[in-house]
Amino acid sequence: MLDVAIRISTGLFMLALIFNLYRVLAGPSMPDRIAALDTMYVNSIGLIIIFGIWLNSKLYFEAALLIAMLGFISTVAVCKYLLRGDIIE
Amino acid sequence: MTLLLIVLLPLLGTLVPLIGIRAGRTYCAWLTALLPAVALGITLYLAPLVFSGNVPQFFLPWIPQLDLHLALRLDGLSLLFVLLILGIGLLIILYARYYLSEQDSMGRFYAYLMLFMTSMLGIVTSNNLLLLWFFWELTSLSSFLLIGFWSHQSDARKGARMALTVTGAGGLSLLAGFLLLGQIVGTMDLSVVLQSGDQVRSSPYYLYALVLILLGAFTKSAQFPFQFWLPKAMAAPTPVSAYLHSATMVKAGVFLLARMFPVLAGTDLWFYFVALTGLVTLLYGAYFALLKQDLKGVLAFSTISHLGLITMLFGLNSPMAAVAGVFHIINHATFKASLFMAAGIVDHECGTRDIRKLNGLWRYMPYTTALATIAAASMAGVPLLNGFLSKEMFLSESLDAHMLGGLSWLIPALATLGSVLSAAYSLRFIHDVFFNGEPKNLPKKPHEPPRYMRLPIEILILLCIVVGLFPSSTVSGLLNAAVTAVVPAGYEPEIDLAIWHGFNLPLLMSAIALGGGILVYALRHYIYNFHRQFRSQDPNVIFEASTQAIVRVAQQAIDRFENGSLQRYMFWLLLTALGFSAYGLIESPRLSGNLPAQSIDWAVAVGAGMLCLSGLATVFFHRRRLISLIMLSVVGMLVSLAFARFSAPDLALTQLAVEVVTMILLMLALFFLPQKTPKESSGRRIMRDVLLAGAFGGVVASLNYAVLTRPLQSISSFFLENSVPGGGGHNVVNVILVDFRGFDTLGEITVLGIAGLAIFKLLNRLKLFMPSSDMEGRPWSPERFPAILASMAQSLLPLALLVSVFIFLRGHNLPGGGFIAGLVAAATLILLYMARGVEWAQQRLDFQFQPIAVAGVLIATLTGLGSWVFGYPFLTSAFGHFHIPLIGDVELATALLFDLGVYLTVVGATLMILANLGKVTTPHRPSKEKR
Repeated sequence: MLDVAIRISTGLFMLALIFNLYRVLAGPSMPDRIAALDTMYVNSIGLIIIFGIWLNSKLYFEAALLIAMLGFISTVAVCKYLLRGDIIE
Repeated sequence: MTLLLIVLLPLLGTLVPLIGIRAGRTYCAWLTALLPAVALGITLYLAPLVFSGNVPQFFLPWIPQLDLHLALRLDGLSLLFVLLILGIGLLIILYARYYLSEQDSMGRFYAYLMLFMTSMLGIVTSNNLLLLWFFWELTSLSSFLLIGFWSHQSDARKGARMALTVTGAGGLSLLAGFLLLGQIVGTMDLSVVLQSGDQVRSSPYYLYALVLILLGAFTKSAQFPFQFWLPKAMAAPTPVSAYLHSATMVKAGVFLLARMFPVLAGTDLWFYFVALTGLVTLLYGAYFALLKQDLKGVLAFSTISHLGLITMLFGLNSPMAAVAGVFHIINHATFKASLFMAAGIVDHECGTRDIRKLNGLWRYMPYTTALATIAAASMAGVPLLNGFLSKEMFLSESLDAHMLGGLSWLIPALATLGSVLSAAYSLRFIHDVFFNGEPKNLPKKPHEPPRYMRLPIEILILLCIVVGLFPSSTVSGLLNAAVTAVVPAGYEPEIDLAIWHGFNLPLLMSAIALGGGILVYALRHYIYNFHRQFRSQDPNVIFEASTQAIVRVAQQAIDRFENGSLQRYMFWLLLTALGFSAYGLIESPRLSGNLPAQSIDWAVAVGAGMLCLSGLATVFFHRRRLISLIMLSVVGMLVSLAFARFSAPDLALTQLAVEVVTMILLMLALFFLPQKTPKESSGRRIMRDVLLAGAFGGVVASLNYAVLTRPLQSISSFFLENSVPGGGGHNVVNVILVDFRGFDTLGEITVLGIAGLAIFKLLNRLKLFMPSSDMEGRPWSPERFPAILASMAQSLLPLALLVSVFIFLRGHNLPGGGFIAGLVAAATLILLYMARGVEWAQQRLDFQFQPIAVAGVLIATLTGLGSWVFGYPFLTSAFGHFHIPLIGDVELATALLFDLGVYLTVVGATLMILANLGKVTTPHRPSKEKR
């Protein structure tokens, strides 16, 4: 049962990633791309968590935690760049 | 041990004059002379031992793998040369005290001189071929310094460079020859090599070894056609010429001939190469000595000529000729050194060395005239002086040479001709300079030199006369001892050093030489007129032209590859890598190995497709930098997903952390660059690059496939087995980083720390232009620090730091470690900087980042050094289990301390780079915007 659920959710997350990638590539505006990139981070967190559930391992939770944290920082950096140019002022 | 002192004392002596010069010039000279004098005393103390047939030796292993040892020997030949080097060296030190002017740095001069003396002593006492070569090169270097001592003169610089080039090239050839010789004999030990003459001569490599070694000897001893550097080296101060170019350095070549005589001599090849080269040099030098107008030029060419004579004697393959050669080395050193010193006095007191201006000096310096006349008479071969004895031996040996068959009479005839010319230029040297009218337009009024400047010449002239009068009671002992080292055992000739051998052919030849010399001198104007037809060619010009041509060709070759274009470097690098790996793939019979292929995971396949797509997009958008950067972070994220999927959580964590920090760094730098790059590449160029990149990618992919489908025996099993028992950690990656390959990591964090410091220094006080709007012309947002972001960042900080500490602490056993933890901490602090600005952050983080980075490197180094305290090698780690109440069983390893060093370095260096880069614009922000 769990196996089927994992397969289906993996598929859905992959689909989401593909859509995100399309948005990153197509744009058209810079904020579009940044939002898409941030969503990609979120979706990859989901993928890694599911992978961890599948392997029954706690280790992947931490990788997900780091992606959440560092992905946030990099999104902030790009946004700050758009707004102010100089990200550390 | 006493033997080592002979070489060691002058080496220590290089430091003496540098310190002693503070005590004044005279004291400096005396102090400098002290150590060589002690060495001379030691040599004299050892001399009776050598005379009785012993060979004192010294041995200290140096680099056994190369068969290079500090091995010294003092046989008769060495003894003779050591006495010459130290004895004449001491006289030169005295002479130079009065020769050098106030402007010359005496300390530096003496230091170079002592260095040269050491290397010369090393050559003659070495008992190891490689050690001998080592000292040989050292003489080239130290003579370069001495010849170029007056470095403000262009002549001196050029002469020094030429001497170094020629003798240095000869030295390389000598090294090759010695290596070959060592291969033939099987050892570099000179004592063994000297016993293996027959083995060497019958070896098929004999010819090559002979030619290479002779090239070394001939360049050093200025034999034809390498003679041109010696006259140019006369730009050196005269004490240097007297020491290097008459008594010692140029004798190193003939010393080598004498040293190698038992090993290489005795064949027809040896005769043709050595004797004929010597004969040509003898005549060439003598002829040009007659023509030169420069006092030192005459002496330089006469030295070339006499070196040719000695070389020829060694080439004649007879023991008696070798004796004559050794004897002439002594005699030439004494009379030529005194002649050089006399020339130096004339130059010093008259201000010129031009023979056309110098005339009739005997009225002004009668004493010097007398000394120079005796020395020149000895050079000409006048009886009752030492030069006569060896020259007569030379003439008599030339009669015994039959190697040229029916033309053998040429050898004594040409030898006599050489002696005639020798007598003629000796006469010219004396008559033109000291007699023959009155001096013309001298810059100074000549007078006798200081008393002690003449003393060295007097001592040498005394030797000339005493040896000339009583040869058998003075030098025959030394000569005997030297000859036993040169001539194979059992062939020692009976040395008969008498002035009078009765009326015989050599005496007649001597008489012809002297009479002919006077005649040639009388008719010299015909020779000058004859020679004037030839256009004289300055070897300097030819040498410089050829040097420049070589440099130009080399530069062109370099420019083809290294033209400063990064694209070009990448092109060559990839092309080379492509060539080699493609060749490797072509060599293997088939692409896939024996391992069965795994079933395709469709999620991975889709991910791989996305990875390719975003990689291509990065390149496609490369002219719009920000989009390209975003595509790059998509690539990074997908790669870390791939790492996670294939069970490498460590790598996934590292990849993520590095990705973010890199992105921030790039954006900081991007701000100062144009947002769009112009179109730079032509269509053809893009085509070329796409082809190369595609081919390279294809080859790497094939290579990967080939490797993955074959069973692989790697060293990873070692790490897996030893990680827990050896390093005390379950996380193999971390144990490798901090334990197995800890030394690598130490080097890496040191580099990181240095790079951080360098960037900090480079950015210091840098002011950069700041655009006032973004690329689409919109003004910057007026809100500097959005409140939501600020509060988010602040609340994230403690959590993130906790995560960082957690990852750091458990890194030894589970994914994590100092590097990742450090990057996480740095990224979080940077977030604070972004949200609150540099000013706010620095008020609260009131410490510098540089000390943190440095402390990190120090902690790691000290951890490594700590294992020395317990008697273990550098960076040995220790670990143990401790029970702490409430927390439980805890494992502590010294590796954790090392990892702490890594952590601190990463945090310190990263923040040092990013925060400082961010600070560049802060004080100069345009004030147009609203606050």
